[in-house]
Parts: sequence; structure tokens; C-alpha cells
Amino acid sequence: MATEHVSHIKPYSPQFGVMIPLGFQKFLRTCVIYQLFRFIAINIRMTVLILKSHH
Amino acid sequence: MAKIVIMGGGVSGHTAASFLNKWLGKEHEVIVVTPNSQWNWIPSNIWVGVGEMSKEDVVFPLAPVYEKVGIDYRQAKAISIHPEGKQDDDAPYITIEYTNQEKAGQKDEITYDYLINATGPKLNFDATPGLGNGQGQMGEHTVSVCTADHAIHANHELEKCIEKMKAGERQKFLIGTGHGMCTCQGAAFEYIFNIEHKLKERDVRDMADITYISNESFLGDFGMGGIHFNMGGYATSSKVFAESLYTERGMDWIIGAHVNKVEAGKAHYELLDGSTGEQEFDFAMLIPPFAGVGLKVYAKDGSDITDTIIAPNGFMKVDADYTAKPYEEWRASDWPKTLQNQTYKNMFAIGIAFAPPHLISKPMQSPNGTAINPTPPRTGMPSAMMGKAVAQSIVDMIKGAEEPTHTASMSEMGAACVASAGKGLFSGTAAAMTVYPIVPDFEKYPGVGRDMNGTSGELGLAAHWVKHILHHLFLWKAKLKPGWTLIPE
Ligand SMILES: Cc1cc2nc3c(=O)[nH]c(=O)nc-3n(C[C@H](O)[C@H](O)[C@H](O)COP(=O)(O)OP(=O)(O)OC[C@H]3O[C@@H](n4cnc5c(N)ncnc54)[C@H](O)[C@@H]3O)c2cc1C
Repeated sequence: MATEHVSHIKPYSPQFGVMIPLGFQKFLRTCVIYQLFRFIAINIRMTVLILKSHH
Repeated sequence: MAKIVIMGGGVSGHTAASFLNKWLGKEHEVIVVTPNSQWNWIPSNIWVGVGEMSKEDVVFPLAPVYEKVGIDYRQAKAISIHPEGKQDDDAPYITIEYTNQEKAGQKDEITYDYLINATGPKLNFDATPGLGNGQGQMGEHTVSVCTADHAIHANHELEKCIEKMKAGERQKFLIGTGHGMCTCQGAAFEYIFNIEHKLKERDVRDMADITYISNESFLGDFGMGGIHFNMGGYATSSKVFAESLYTERGMDWIIGAHVNKVEAGKAHYELLDGSTGEQEFDFAMLIPPFAGVGLKVYAKDGSDITDTIIAPNGFMKVDADYTAKPYEEWRASDWPKTLQNQTYKNMFAIGIAFAPPHLISKPMQSPNGTAINPTPPRTGMPSAMMGKAVAQSIVDMIKGAEEPTHTASMSEMGAACVASAGKGLFSGTAAAMTVYPIVPDFEKYPGVGRDMNGTSGELGLAAHWVKHILHHLFLWKAKLKPGWTLIPE
């Protein structure tokens, strides 16, 4: 149930106005196949960043 | 033959020394003066602080590494700089005091042709009463993860809390910054997630109240005025990103806080709105503010010229624009490029040791006049890049270049930050953030000041794997093992 991810939030608390990940987002974070693709993406991103930063 | 002296063998100084030694060969002399016998990969202290790594995993002895490559290593701390030499000798020199057992307390002088100041921060615990012990060290009420030994102590205290929770006693955790002028929020950010992960792993999370306290004016400022990430096709503020992470984990936050006093089990603070408060804790890790290490500078006649070379915060002035001006007039071009001191051109300052021209975050103060704003972070990647760029410039200057040939401005370079939460290969996740440039350039990137193609943030296992790999790669590189030059800074 998606509500389990938000059940600890109190109405009108500072946490009430915040973006909270639900089940599918959380699943993706530890889904090895999806994360393998993300791993490649992060490495590419960091390589580009390093290349841009050297002067 | 040129003689290059590097004060400080941490991230930036060790990088500069290693490249200088490689590029200059045996013809020239590279000397490193640094007080600790062991090199510490500081980012992994976080894992030591939750018992996931031992001290041995994050440190290694420097002497054999320097001996292997022919760098002259002095286990000592630099005390003073004499850029004009002395009355009867024009050769610039520094004075040092040995810290190794055999020579402890002995003083010496080392002349130089080029000097690099890479002395990093003094952990200024005493800036907050009760955070320090009044003698420059950490006090007894809180813990820290700034050194490997501090992190071991932190884990020890954490274990005590876990035992109490297992015995049914609720515990309060307070993690964050211990003063209104702290930097390094990233370390506190990473540590709080590791604590939370650890408590879950040990089945005591429901017995813990975890609170983050910080001098940032909003969660996710990070001393960089916040970051807008390209996330899912939205330019998303790091405030949204950070608040989401804390909320998901049921952690509270106190923001815009200057911790002004720490007692046993209690931190007192003032907020940006001028109100005051207290937060009780059973376990507190509060990052101290950073200052320069207290180097003195003397002219040829022995007069003290520290004020002309060193800024009031103790960091060394370089080619930045230090003119005092309001936030609205700050420019990316204020930030130093070559890291060269403008009075003595054979002197450079890199990493945390250089004096920033101003904050990156908007300056703020409470109605009582208390400054509450993060000071600029100078993290590992830019520190190492500065080390390499200055090494390249010095090599070229030795070969005849009039001016430094390489630049490493924080307004023209990016940073990658990977903040872990747990260490297991399939259980831990991490936040991977890239930001370009570190100092926002509102002229080049109007609106959010950053290139939306180079600025991103995401959470997951992949970032965690990156963090693992970086730990091993950077230690490999620092040990100057085969292929170390192929590993980027
Ligand atoms: C807990 C923690 C976690 C962090 N995590 C990350 C991270 O994940 N990613 C990241 O990019 N950055 C991280 N950082 C920041 C990173 O560690 C620093 O940016 C980096 O170490 C700065 O390099 P530096 O060379 O300026 O200073 P340091 O690495 O601190 O080196 C300074 C050196 O100078 C020596 N020294 C001090 N006084 C003297 C003296 N008088 N004479 C000679 N030598 C002296 C010191 O002993 C030290 O060896 C973290 C910092 C902390 C505290």
C-alpha cells in the first residue's frame, strides 16, 4: 500500500510539504538491473564533469 | 635545481607533491612538511564513525610512499614563513617543528624556491564553549568524524547508545554543525544518514529520535547557496531533495542555527529569527568551524607581516578579489584562478588553506547581529585539482614561464559528491550529486547560476557502488601505486 510510505507524516508539520518517495521509486533505488544502468550514467556524468573542470 | 616545499600532506598537498615529483624528476627537490605520520582518506572516516571500517582501512603510513618515489618527507608542522629570507641571506625559508618521536619539539629551517601552503583547516572546536575543551581539542560532550581517531571514538559512543536502546532506553541523536560559521555540512549530512541506516540495521531505529541541526538557512544549502539539480526533467532545488531524504527517514531538522554553547547532553542555539532554543541529546556529532592553522609570516627585518598575507580567518590570500562588497555584487570572477599569492609570487595556497573572497551562500545574521551562514566548502575534488594545477604552473615557471600557466577556479570547476547511507553492496544506498560550477556564475547561467546539464542528484545503489570504488581508487592513487596518474582527481 502506497500509504505506508507516508504514514509517519503529521499534517502541517514541516515534513507535510515535502516530496516523499513511494514504493516504486524506492524499489528502483535497489533494483540491481536498473542501478547498473544508473551506474553507467553516473560514471559518464562524472567523467564529463572532470573533463570540463581541468583547465 | 629548484626546491619546492609543500606545507601540509593532505588531499591537496599530497596531490601537488606527487605530481611535482613525477614531472620534475630527480633534478629538483620536493619536500613535504606535514605533522601526521599517516595519510587519511577523510571522506571514509564516516564509515569508521559507524563501525563499518577500521582506522587501518582509511589511513596508511606516508614515509614509505615518499621514500619509494624520492620525496623528502619531514614529519613536522610549519610554524612561520619568511618569504624575504633573513638579514644576511635572501633565500626565503619556513620554520618547522618536528612532531615525530625521535625529534619531537626540535625546530628547523627549510629554504625554498617555491612554497605551497596546503595546511587545510584547524578544527576550531573552542569557537563554541563546550564544543572544545578550552585547549584547542574536542570537548567531552560531543563526538566528531573529522579525523580517523575522532571517528573511532564516535563509533564507540554510538555503540553505547545502541546498547541502551536494546535495553529499552530511548536515545536522542543530534548531528550537524557546532557553530554559525561552519562549513562541511556534507560530512554531517552523510553521517546522519549512516547513523540512521545503522540503527535500522541493528533493529533499534524505533527507539531513536534523530535531529539535524545546521547553520544553513535552508536544508540543502551545503554552503553553496543550494544547488538546482536536473531531476526527472525538473530543475529541482537541493532543498526539495534534502527535505525529501530527511522526511522519508523520519528525521527532524533545525535550520539557520548557531550553536553557541554545549553542555553535557544539551546544545544551546540561536536561530536566524533571533529566537533561542535548546536541544537535548544522548549522542551529538557537531562539526566544528574551520580556521587557518595559525601560520605567521615575517619580513626580512623580522617584523610581523602576517596580516598582509593571511586573512583574518587564518587562510592565505591568493589571486582573489578580496574587496568587501554586498552579495548582489559578488561575481564568479572574484574567485582565485592560479592560487598564487600576489605579494610573493613564488607562494601558493591550495585546498582549504586559501582564503575565499567571500561566502558562496548569501550572508545572513540574526536580529542580534549573530552571523549564521555556512562558509564555503572546499571539498576533496577541487582541493586535489588545485594541487595538480599549481604543480603544473610551478613546473612551467621553473622552466621559464613568467606567470602561473594553469588555473583551478572554483567558479570554473565542478564537484562530485557521493554521500553514502550504509555500506553493504546491496543494502546501502547513496546520494550522488554533481554540480557545475561549484561557485554559481549568475552571469553565465542566469537564474540558478549552474549549468543544468552538469548538475544532478540521485539516490540509489549505483551511487553507493561509485562511493565504494572511489574509496579504493583514491587510496590506490594516494599510495602512488602503478597507474596512479590515470585516476582523475
Ligand atoms: C568527515 C569528513 C568527510 C568528508 N567527505 C568528503 C567527501 O565525501 N567528498 C569530498 O570531496 N570531500 C569530503 N570532505 C572534505 C575533504 O576532506 C577536504 O576537502 C580535503 O581534505 C581538503 O584538502 P586539504 O588538502 O585542503 O586539507 P587536508 O586534507 O585536511 O590536509 C591538510 C594537511 O595539512 C596538515 N597540516 C596542518 N597544519 C599544518 C602545519 N602547520 N604545517 C604543515 N602541515 C600542516 C594536516 O595534518 C593535513 O595533513 C570531508 C571532510 C570531512 C571532515
